[in-house]
Amino acid sequence: MDLDQIFVIAKQQVLAWLTGAGASVGVVQVISSLINIAAVLAVFLTLFALISVIERKVLARIQNRYGPNRVGPFGLLQPVADGIKMLIKEDIVPRRADAIVHFIAPVVMCAAATLTLCVIPYGRNMTPVAIDGGVLLFFAAGAPAELAVFMAGWGSNNKYSMLGAMRAIAQMVSYELPLLLAALPVVMITGSLSPDEIVAAQGHYSFGTVPHWFAVTPWGAVAFLLFFIAGLVESNRTPFDLPEGESEIVAGHMMEYSGFKYALFFMAEYFGMFAVSGLGVTLFLGGWNSPVSWLEWIPSYIWFFLKLSVLLLLFLWIRGTLPRLRMDQVMSFAWKFMLPMAFVCIVAAAVWHYAGRGLIGWVWSLAIVVVAYLPLTKLLWTGKQFAVRQYRFAE
Amino acid sequence: MTLLVIIAIVTLASALAAATLGNLMHAALNLVLSFLGVAAFYFFLDAEFVGLVQVLIYVGAVAVLIVFTILLTRRDEEKKNGLPWGGVLVAFVVFGGLIWAIVKTPINSIPTPHLATLPVHRIGQILMTDYVWPLQAVGVLLTAALVGALILVMEEKP
Repeated sequence: MDLDQIFVIAKQQVLAWLTGAGASVGVVQVISSLINIAAVLAVFLTLFALISVIERKVLARIQNRYGPNRVGPFGLLQPVADGIKMLIKEDIVPRRADAIVHFIAPVVMCAAATLTLCVIPYGRNMTPVAIDGGVLLFFAAGAPAELAVFMAGWGSNNKYSMLGAMRAIAQMVSYELPLLLAALPVVMITGSLSPDEIVAAQGHYSFGTVPHWFAVTPWGAVAFLLFFIAGLVESNRTPFDLPEGESEIVAGHMMEYSGFKYALFFMAEYFGMFAVSGLGVTLFLGGWNSPVSWLEWIPSYIWFFLKLSVLLLLFLWIRGTLPRLRMDQVMSFAWKFMLPMAFVCIVAAAVWHYAGRGLIGWVWSLAIVVVAYLPLTKLLWTGKQFAVRQYRFAE
Repeated sequence: MTLLVIIAIVTLASALAAATLGNLMHAALNLVLSFLGVAAFYFFLDAEFVGLVQVLIYVGAVAVLIVFTILLTRRDEEKKNGLPWGGVLVAFVVFGGLIWAIVKTPINSIPTPHLATLPVHRIGQILMTDYVWPLQAVGVLLTAALVGALILVMEEKP
């Protein structure tokens, strides 16, 4: 039995058995979709539970403490306890809130986040929704999420919520542009919007060891960095978690939510993080391809989830390390640095393509990126002096 | 077919709600629902790309813009005016014109064309070859709008 295709074959056998049992074509199609949906939900809900405890562990370690370690071995059953707590909490809706909008917001948010997860190829022949414009679907499904944040903020009828929602929309709209433009070079080079074809285009090796991932080329590396930063913003993670800004606006748009609705927001945020990391892996890190050709016997989905976990750990690491930015810093970074660099990436990718996609193109595109980067940073340099901070304590 | 009817009813009902609701924010959110309904129709017509772009542009950009505009300009809570008769008149004229155009068009004489689903790849090629000048013109227009917006918000140096 081929270990790589074990899930695909299992699904095909179930469908074949159904057809044999006399189910009509329509029913089989519906069941096939349902199996895909169930698989995505099961995998990512498990991952969500896992990462919620891993995140607290990692953050605790960074901050020199233990983290959750009471429920189950190593605190691994903490998510179960959290889930039960969330379920039995009272669901409070403020009296002046707009009840319908307040109720719909977490639902829309969750639906949008789950939809974005569906277009990513998790392994060979393992794309839940394999459509021609998969990358476009990813970004289109992200659009209702912005509105959901806004609905949450407005529906709560609370000024802190409203401020949080305004911040969220401002930064999401600003960073959607770099996110799209950073994905554009890859679409340009592969000539396809389908994630499967993008992964297939990266499935070759030079000398059997150097993978043809787009992150290995200069333009790809820069675009990946931009994509990752924009992804941090889109999933409202530190250092861009201004919409939640605990110290200033309590919890932003999630302030008036309690119990399971809050859990839904929390889940949607993590799903968004998984989706953006997953798309990053797909576009730049070769998707489910193995990094070296002699490790191709390891099943493709294992490679995908390994790469995904690396990116997720990077998210956690950044959260534990960096302080929150100021709103004007976030905005000027998007428009003054990210956007021009994304355009430079497009030009560099075009040059790489026309120079024959080889070593010469590699050097040329590196030159373009460097030539654009140096004056840009020179222009944006504020001349601020950074010295070791002098701490003064009350004596 | 039933699904199509349900989507049509939802689209029309939300469009009607968007036009009549007193609460501006509810009206805007209903408008989003009708945008999504139109996108669903595109999907039914196998125009996957158009459907996705519809969601991306109308829900992602236009709706957010509308919502922001309402937020930044809302002075007092929903003022109830009478029917805006000028608007009603314009609506009826446009509606009448459309009906006239539809009735005048000889629909039955057009043979149903057998169209294959256009892959995204092909759409890109056509945009970059046959329709490159309209594309460029739209690009210039949008850039002009962007520059205009920047000039509007630029701080004036004293």
